Amino acid sequence: MAEIGTVAGAVEHARGFESLQGLAEPAPVVVEHRSGLGAVFWICFAWVALMMLLAIFASLLPLTNPDYQNYAVVNTGPSLHHLLGTDDLGRDLLSRIIFGSRVSFVIGFASVGIALLCGGALGLLAGYRGGWTDNILNAGSLVILAFPALLAILVIEAFWLPRTLLKLTIIFAVAGTPSLFRVIRATTLSFANREFVVAARTMGATTWRILFRELLPNVVPAAVSFALIGVAVAIILEGSLAFLGLSVSLPTASLGNIINEGVTNNLLQVNPIIALWPSIYIFLLLVALNLMADRLRSRFDVRAGNL
Amino acid sequence: MTRYIGARVVQLIVIIFFISVVAFLLVHLLPGDPTVSILGPNDTVQARAELLRQLGLNKPLPVQYWTWISNVFHGNLGISFLTHQTVSNAIGVAFPIDLELIIVSQLMAFLVSVPLALAAALRPNAILDRVATTSTYGMLAIPTFVVAVVLVLVVAVKIHLFPATGYNPIAQGIGPNLRSVLLPSISLALGSVAIYYRLLRADLIATLQEDFITMARAKGLSTRYIMLRHALRPSSFALLAGAGLSIGSLFTGAFVVELLFQLPGIGFQLIAAINSRDYLVVQGMALVAAIAYVVINFGVDVLFTFLDPRVRRG
Repeated sequence: MAEIGTVAGAVEHARGFESLQGLAEPAPVVVEHRSGLGAVFWICFAWVALMMLLAIFASLLPLTNPDYQNYAVVNTGPSLHHLLGTDDLGRDLLSRIIFGSRVSFVIGFASVGIALLCGGALGLLAGYRGGWTDNILNAGSLVILAFPALLAILVIEAFWLPRTLLKLTIIFAVAGTPSLFRVIRATTLSFANREFVVAARTMGATTWRILFRELLPNVVPAAVSFALIGVAVAIILEGSLAFLGLSVSLPTASLGNIINEGVTNNLLQVNPIIALWPSIYIFLLLVALNLMADRLRSRFDVRAGNL
Repeated sequence: MTRYIGARVVQLIVIIFFISVVAFLLVHLLPGDPTVSILGPNDTVQARAELLRQLGLNKPLPVQYWTWISNVFHGNLGISFLTHQTVSNAIGVAFPIDLELIIVSQLMAFLVSVPLALAAALRPNAILDRVATTSTYGMLAIPTFVVAVVLVLVVAVKIHLFPATGYNPIAQGIGPNLRSVLLPSISLALGSVAIYYRLLRADLIATLQEDFITMARAKGLSTRYIMLRHALRPSSFALLAGAGLSIGSLFTGAFVVELLFQLPGIGFQLIAAINSRDYLVVQGMALVAAIAYVVINFGVDVLFTFLDPRVRRG
């Protein structure tokens, strides 16, 4: 979990290590340039989109209330009435997972979205302007990055009660901003002095125009591919916190706390499907997100060393 | 060389100073105070105020910070409000557990990922590469807590091969000690394997396209020699940077595994201290974990200068 956060970290660290810049001249890597993103990307995209739609329209779907306890059907396997079976309190697992996934999606996408907006805007500015703006923002991001994010999240969570979705999203967004700032700053740096930017400046384009019309489109692929990994990290982190009872307060279902309920009180041996379904759900979701990020990276030739 | 390292040390000190301030502010600015967990929720307002005065928590924040940090410089991290154990003592008990977990898990991760990446990079897109690369997607997608639960169920509960939870210090013998950290280490190693494999494989493939590799092949050197002596070293930067970040973050990041396996390491103790508002323990452990993180990454940067002399001159 924490380890996965470091994929992102490692990639940018390799670049953030300034003295290495220029050493890692792009080796003549054979990159297969296909015209599109490939079937794998679109299958993953469709899967994530479908899961998101299910989560968004969960209350319109013919699902039983995720908290409704039907003692007539305790610990049953999959059936026509309960497609994924029921848990030890007779609650419908399909409904619990779909409603529970809302927490993961909101925290994953909203927090990374906010981090992308803040970190992205600052990163573009720092990368293009350079000088003092860059120095101050860069030093700030390094200090935040050096502080163990997980620790900060745990402390803030423990003190800032009650834990709501909004608060968790804000905490995750703040924790994610410096990483995205560094990626976008580094990518902007590699474009900031290219001919087309100089040309635009010579023609008298305003800073705003250069930032948003010239630089932004070039930075987007790297940013999106990095952000998708960020979403995966946030979802897994939320899952771990929920598993330990440190995410959104009960009884709100979330994937992590369904798994937790499924392994406590020896339930894993009585009815393993309670923990199994949400685990499979998280697994498929994360595989899809990682594959999408990977396809974007190779399609747009975002090399780890270039970030 | 000396100048480079000197500049990095200054950077290190500044970062550690900021971390100490952040760690301090984080626990002091948020609501709640330790009197509730010490006196219980029903004590009088006067008793609370008296206790706050005794603990020195009624003074202005800068004064409190100064008291704390000057004591830290004298090697005194303070005393836990609750257990009355010294914080350095608590860290002394918890830290070796993390150290052992990290050493064992990272050894496993490197022993699996490096040979696998070498073999896969030799023939990109061959069967081995495809299988290994695909399975790393899987490893990245399984949360650590799921791995840990499955391991406990299969290895500890069903086969009784390992103890499910708890920690045996080395004093009880190497065998029981290793057995108590093996399952947690495997859960931690799995994610690292995937990351290290992918970082090393990508860089190796890039390196193998370089001219000096073609040259080495033309000289008739064996593949094994080329891979180990020519290709591995220039390809290991991203791997080492990744390992530095991963190892550094494990000091606090291993808390899920520590909680599941009941290993009283730093992460485990931190959560207990956070919940009881034991300020000095949280601050002390946060400081130590952050210093470990920064120092390890500093070590990696210094290692770079040995791997590639150009960095020194950078």
